[in-house]
Amino acid sequence: MNQIIIETDNLTKKFGSNIAVDNISLSIKRGEVFGLLGPNGAGKTTLLSMLCTILKPTSGTARINGYDIIRDNSRVRKSIGIVFQDPSVDTDMTARENLQMHADLYGVPVSEQKERIKDVLNLVGLSDKAEDFLNTYSGGMRRRLEIARGLLHYPRVLFLDEPTIGLDPRSREHIWDYIRMLRKREDMTVILTTHYMEEADRLCDRIAIIDRGKIIILDKPDVLKGGIGKDTVILITDEPDKLQTILTGENISGDIRISGREVKVEVSHANLLLPKIMESAIKAGIRIESVTISNPDMNDVFIHYTGKNLSDDETRERTGRVAMMKRRRAR
Amino acid sequence: MSEIRGIYTLWLREVKKFLREKPRLINAFCQPLIWLFIFGTGMRFSAGIPGINYQEFIFPGLITQAMLFTAMFMGISVIWDREFGFMKEILVSPISRPSIFLGKMIGVSTDVMIQGIIIFPFALLIGIPLNFFMVIKALPIMLLVTFGLVCIGLIFASLMKSFEGFGLIQTFINLPMFFLSGALFPLSQVPEWLQVVSYANPLTYGVDALRTVMMGESWVQLFPMELDLAVLIGFDILMFAIGTAAFSRIE
Repeated sequence: MNQIIIETDNLTKKFGSNIAVDNISLSIKRGEVFGLLGPNGAGKTTLLSMLCTILKPTSGTARINGYDIIRDNSRVRKSIGIVFQDPSVDTDMTARENLQMHADLYGVPVSEQKERIKDVLNLVGLSDKAEDFLNTYSGGMRRRLEIARGLLHYPRVLFLDEPTIGLDPRSREHIWDYIRMLRKREDMTVILTTHYMEEADRLCDRIAIIDRGKIIILDKPDVLKGGIGKDTVILITDEPDKLQTILTGENISGDIRISGREVKVEVSHANLLLPKIMESAIKAGIRIESVTISNPDMNDVFIHYTGKNLSDDETRERTGRVAMMKRRRAR
Repeated sequence: MSEIRGIYTLWLREVKKFLREKPRLINAFCQPLIWLFIFGTGMRFSAGIPGINYQEFIFPGLITQAMLFTAMFMGISVIWDREFGFMKEILVSPISRPSIFLGKMIGVSTDVMIQGIIIFPFALLIGIPLNFFMVIKALPIMLLVTFGLVCIGLIFASLMKSFEGFGLIQTFINLPMFFLSGALFPLSQVPEWLQVVSYANPLTYGVDALRTVMMGESWVQLFPMELDLAVLIGFDILMFAIGTAAFSRIE
């Protein structure tokens, strides 16, 4: 069933002379997990806000679940669930009360409310904390409750705006698990904005990279990564200069760099060329201490298409995790 | 139908929050007590009004004052909701803006009525001859006063972006409305300018109506009861209309 659930039509939002979202037209299929990737201020949240009927487009429109976001916003709202970037729960109320309010606001039939609240609490593992006030919840627990809340009225589309921002790695893994589970369990479409490259890579069926209000490229993560097509082989040795000379001589790659004891070799297919590299090194009597293959990740894709890296604080955190990931891949 | 359910849940939330916050309830209880016992006693013996028990005189005024302050403070809670994000949850729900306003309005009004009613037992403590019928007659008047005031609070809250403006409301709305309502002194003996300004204040009519039903013979009405009620109803309708419009514009 390749039904289109979201279709935007030259959607544009201007704030004064600043164009936050610039003529975006895209369609998203039912059941997809769709990622909007971009640096801060790229227009992700503005695009999302328009789809959620919080912001009126300057021009253009969109249809969600067959309803127009401008003319039919009440029906659109019933069709979607939203987890905002900033917390939006009432911390002076218990988890159950927050869910109860949501069920009432979205017109969930009274006879079903109790059962559904029980279900969603179960789903996010908060059943035993249902009667606790939310000011006793941790950030991760609140976010989980918000996801539960967003599911309560059986939306066709779930919008997650930076669902894992500011969460510790464990809570982040938790939330990823829920998103994957949701996708399997019902044919719900999930739209996710994030600036965590790894998150987008691991969760999304398709990714749109947005910069300055425009979609720069839109495709499956693998295609995106394959599209820039370069692997890096990192060799650690005591004789990096010698290794560089030899590999250059063998015409293995035109891009061989040295940093400290590391030799970085850019190749198109690392798995095919690695044996040759090793052979040449052994022949020349160079002892290789360790080898790491790194495939391009979403960050490389991102830099490739936007020419930008992420802002400093995000980069610091990212490099830590990406390094870890690369190590995992290298095994 | 789902709109009504939504209004109900917004109402329930306001009332729950009001009743849960113990310090506020204690304050709601004690503040009028201080006014009545200390201020009331002091004024009674130093600047008394001939032929009138001063405490009996300010009692309806203090009910109005407590309701005024609660209405403003609870109305402003909309700003809290915005600050802590919950407002977003309400605003993106399928429920319409007028219903959101109505739910909030009825909810806060319930809080304000609770606040007003809490004060009644004190009347007996200080020996005001208050009977059941007086209370029954006072309640609808209090309700009329409440609706308009709550709408004012919500209107300001919908216009204000942060809590910083709350002091301004305290100074430019609460205190003038309170002092210019005849709650603390009779308006029959003040200079004309003060009288004119006070007559422009809808609370004056609320206080007058409450005194008429609660003080019996000893109170000389400023206006006929019909006029008091007409002004209050007009005030409510106007504020409700402005409030609905203000809420429809929130983004």
